[in-house]
Amino acid sequence: MTGDKRRQQLVTLGAVWLLLLTMPLWLPMLGGYMALGTRVVVLGLAAMSLNFLLGFTGVLSFGHAAYFGLGAYGTGLALKLLTHSTPLALLLGVLLGGIAGALLGALIVRRRGVYFAMVTIAFGQVFYFIAFRWNSLTGGDDGLRGFERQPLGLGAWTADILHDPVLFYYFVLALFAVGTGGMGFLLRSPFGRTLLAIRENERRARFLGIPIEQHIWLAFTISCFFVALAGGLNALLNNFADPTMLNYTQSGEIVIMIVLGGIRSFWGPLIGAAVFVVLQDYLSSLTTNWMSFLGAIFVLMVLFFPRGVLGMHWLETARSILGRLRPAQAQGGGKPA
Amino acid sequence: MTDLILFNVTNGLIIGAFYVLMALGLSLILNLSGVINFAHGGFLALGGYLAYTIAPYVGFWAALLISPLLVALLGLVIERTMVFRMYGRDPLYSLLLTFGLAFIFEDVTRAVWGATGLPFTVPEFLSQPVSSKFFFITQYRLFMVAVVALAVGGLFLFLRYSRLGVRIRAGTFDLDTVSSLGVNVRMLRSFNFALGIFLAGLAGVLAGGQLSLEPTMGANLLMPSFVAIIVGGVGSLPGTLLGGLLIGVAAGITTVFWPAASEAVIYVMMAVVLLLRPRGLLGEEGLLS
Repeated sequence: MTGDKRRQQLVTLGAVWLLLLTMPLWLPMLGGYMALGTRVVVLGLAAMSLNFLLGFTGVLSFGHAAYFGLGAYGTGLALKLLTHSTPLALLLGVLLGGIAGALLGALIVRRRGVYFAMVTIAFGQVFYFIAFRWNSLTGGDDGLRGFERQPLGLGAWTADILHDPVLFYYFVLALFAVGTGGMGFLLRSPFGRTLLAIRENERRARFLGIPIEQHIWLAFTISCFFVALAGGLNALLNNFADPTMLNYTQSGEIVIMIVLGGIRSFWGPLIGAAVFVVLQDYLSSLTTNWMSFLGAIFVLMVLFFPRGVLGMHWLETARSILGRLRPAQAQGGGKPA
Repeated sequence: MTDLILFNVTNGLIIGAFYVLMALGLSLILNLSGVINFAHGGFLALGGYLAYTIAPYVGFWAALLISPLLVALLGLVIERTMVFRMYGRDPLYSLLLTFGLAFIFEDVTRAVWGATGLPFTVPEFLSQPVSSKFFFITQYRLFMVAVVALAVGGLFLFLRYSRLGVRIRAGTFDLDTVSSLGVNVRMLRSFNFALGIFLAGLAGVLAGGQLSLEPTMGANLLMPSFVAIIVGGVGSLPGTLLGGLLIGVAAGITTVFWPAASEAVIYVMMAVVLLLRPRGLLGEEGLLS
């Protein structure tokens, strides 16, 4: 049984990566453009990072946009003021978002449930107001401009990620691999198993002598680091960062991507992000009232598909139907079970 | 200088009064039903706009009462059809539901009344200053504070002395016991939700006369209301009252010395409170944490 599950996971992993690696081939055929695909990967990373906390540790942060935005502003400001190296700027952005998360996380790990959500939302807003008000540094309401991602020098060859959207996509995908690989590895480690134990039964985990607050703080911090990475990549993608990236509405959008994709699934949030990004792109070109549509999606999701319309459980259902069909075919019977 | 500080403290108290009305409604719903109502700001804005629309027909005074009642009715409908399904489920879902509703509210408000601010005219005698020395205190501001004080006082008396109010307070502590004593908890929660929304609608009408009507006016008051609840202590209504006034005054005073930080200062206050007294100023230990 566990071997079976392992095989399923490997099949999913292979399918996801096959699709991602070949995206520049099939996306234009479907009428998409490369920046859209890159945005899916970036927001997918953000959603998967938050799901590390939400789905696998069972702690609801509704303020992750703050760390997403800090990663973006950190990266943008570093490129604008400090360095011409894209990776270094990205690293600085990630450190800014991650360290802010670590500090605030220490303040809030003792809160739970609704209270935790409220405190994370409220603290997230601090950074929004800083970005909004500190005009001289951040550009205020107009957003941070005046920086561009720089070509990567790789020895003799220079990867011009600024002008070649496909190269930039692969740059983003490489960092996506680092992020998701890192989180996947952590979840399979004893630390990750402990997080699952806390999610399932916090009191029991506490009685087993597990330092709960320490684990939740670590999970929160890790999640903030990866979401800041996604934010930094988002700034590089647009060569722009604006305060709405830090606002709680952005947090809500990341959470709905997770729920769209299925909260208990590792890859689900990526699918949720894909659906969300494509839908947003499509709706906002079609109608000025796309906010209502977006709101309606939230409401309908919660009321009718709380486990995610597009989550991996569809795959599981399909697989179980196939599994039930297979023996019937083997017996040569015409009766579908 | 003292005049400037006095001006901003008064200003802070008035803004704080809005926070209090909004936060008390949020708090009522949060305490009894465990739902953070993101759409609260949407209800507030709707209250203001509805008053704007009906005031020419029924007059300012009737609008002040009718508009919040209409909004509360809408709140009741939404609670009976959608929000009640979220009770007892992971808070994630109620957050997302009300978040989606907030999007819809803002968009519909914008579609109906337009994105640009609308002026809401208050009766002539209310727009006069109190005296030439205190020119910044218009009659309307005093009136507003009086209405808020009346509403808050009424709410506390209601919760203290009426049977329904006592049940709401009891339900905050132990809903199961209240239910097993024969109280219809389902109805209690609906009524309580509508009551919270009524306060939001009232705040909307008052805010419409002071600031101008904008589709985002409620969303802008939402976050400070969260902070007011956390600073005052989750689960405590007097705490929410104290928290709202405190952060209003803090923001007002900060405006004198460092205007750019006036929005951020309340979050710093919240951090300090969480660090020194995690349950909030008047919060009960263990409730909702």
